[in-house]
This record gives sequence, structure tokens and C-alpha cells, in this order.
Amino acid sequence: MIALSDYLVFSGLLFSIAVAGIFLNRKNVILLLMCIELMLLAVNVNFIAFSHFLDDMAGQVFVFFILTVAAAEAAIGLAILVVLFRKRRTINVEDLDALKG
Amino acid sequence: MGFEKFLFYVFALITLWASGMVITRRNPVHSVLFLVLAFVTSAALWILLEAEFLGIVLVLVYVGAVMVLFLFVVMMLDIDLAALRAGFIRYLPLGAIVTLVMAIEIFLVVGSETFNLSAFPAPDAADSSLNNTRELGLLLYTVYLYPVEIAAVILLVAIVAAIRLTLRRRPENKYIDPARQVLVKKGIDRIRIVKMASEPFEKEDSA
Repeated sequence: MIALSDYLVFSGLLFSIAVAGIFLNRKNVILLLMCIELMLLAVNVNFIAFSHFLDDMAGQVFVFFILTVAAAEAAIGLAILVVLFRKRRTINVEDLDALKG
Repeated sequence: MGFEKFLFYVFALITLWASGMVITRRNPVHSVLFLVLAFVTSAALWILLEAEFLGIVLVLVYVGAVMVLFLFVVMMLDIDLAALRAGFIRYLPLGAIVTLVMAIEIFLVVGSETFNLSAFPAPDAADSSLNNTRELGLLLYTVYLYPVEIAAVILLVAIVAAIRLTLRRRPENKYIDPARQVLVKKGIDRIRIVKMASEPFEKEDSA
């Protein structure tokens, strides 16, 4: 039998890999967005695993909304990325220091 | 039940391997393709957890739309890969340490001591007559009706924002300005009366 902890460890590992991806690819905005997608996937696996083991549909409803918001986020993020590339000809995070933050 | 466990491990290992490939490939196009693999295999895991509707939605909507959008953007942008990969080796030790510590911490919290089968017994397999899509729809359109409408508004805002951000006015584009259109006056702007000499009428085609 697959225990709940198997799914939780799996999603924890997935989340950790995504965090490692943010550390390794910290110059590439596209890779950063993709790592955020992986993190959301890990969180969704958690929700669905708990929904299954607690026999509660609310977790799946929440995943539904997370997918909605993630799709909106990806669309707007990629639109910003395209505009940014059109203006600056680069997506390197280190070159994007116009705000001097 | 052994076969289910086998399926779980196969899908979990494929997902973890694919996500490892996502963060280490040199070519972003390969990264997106491995991300697609990770999403599809985790959709299989969701179906294993009896969330059939969300598994299919993940494949159809997420892989079919969002990942293809990623692929379009990656292929459209002409990026300098060497400059983007410059710090990869330098950040590798720090990233590895942070990730390892975080993974161990997560394992200590959610490992098999707290969330084992005796604390959370696996539910019986759902009746085959039970319809996951129907159950989710019943919940979404009754209890969660307002959140569904808010989600619809969020999607609308995303559409408007994405179009407005990437819209660009080219000077050679011919477009109609509605502000000038409504300012048109009835007589002088619509018709122009031209004085001209009358032409002799020729009877050529009398039908």
C-alpha cells in the first residue's frame, strides 16, 4: 500500500529540486518561471494526496483554483518577459537593474 | 496492490528525473520538454490518487496550453545562452547545500513516522460508478460558486493584461480611432457636395 508519507516525500523532493533550480539558473528568467511551475506542481500533489487520504473533495477544488491562478500567472509573466526582451534585448536578471534595487 | 506501488515508484522516479533535467539542461527548449514530461507523469500520479478530472485537466490545459506558451516564448526569444549559464558552477555548491538541508527537513516533518498508514489508512478504492468530474462539478457550482466567479475574473484580467502588454502600435497599421469616429457631424463630415458640369446622357445600355 502506498502511504500518505510516500506522496508527501515525493512532493517535498520535487519542491527541493525546484528550489535548487532557482539557485542554479538565477540569471534566466524563463527557467525561474519554470521552477515556480514545478513548485506549484509539488504543492498540488500535496493537496491531492491529502484530499485522497482524508476523503475530502475540498483539496481537489483548491488544486483547481491553483491551476487557474498559475495559468494566469504564466500568461502575464510571459507577456512581461516578451515586452522586456523587446525593450532591452536581454532576459538576464543581472542586466535588469533599472530600479536599482 | 503491489502493482499500484510499482506504478507509483515508476511515475515518481520519472517525475523527479525529469524535473532534475529541467533545472540542469543547457538548452531551455529541452528544459520545457522535460517540464512537459514531469507534468504528464504527475498527472498519472494524480489519476492514481483518484483525481481523474484534475489529472486530465493538467494534461489538456496545463501541458496543452501553458507549456506550449512557454515553448513559444522560449523559441521566439533570441537569447544568449552562454551568458545565462555563466554562474551555474559557481552557484552549484550553495544550491546543493540549501536544497539538501531543505529536503532533509521536509523528510523529517512528513516522513513515514507521522503520516504512515496506521495514522492515515488508505481509503478503499472508490466505487467505479462514482464520477469524480460530477462530484467536483457539484461542489464547484454550489459551495464554491463565488470562488469560481472570482477565478473567471482572474482569467479575464490575465487575458486583458497579456494582450495589453504585448500589443504594439505600428505606424503602418491602419486602424480606426473610435474617438474621431464619434465626433463625425451629420452634414459636412459624411457627404461632400461637389459642383461639376453636367455630362450629356448617353443611351448605351437600355435594359
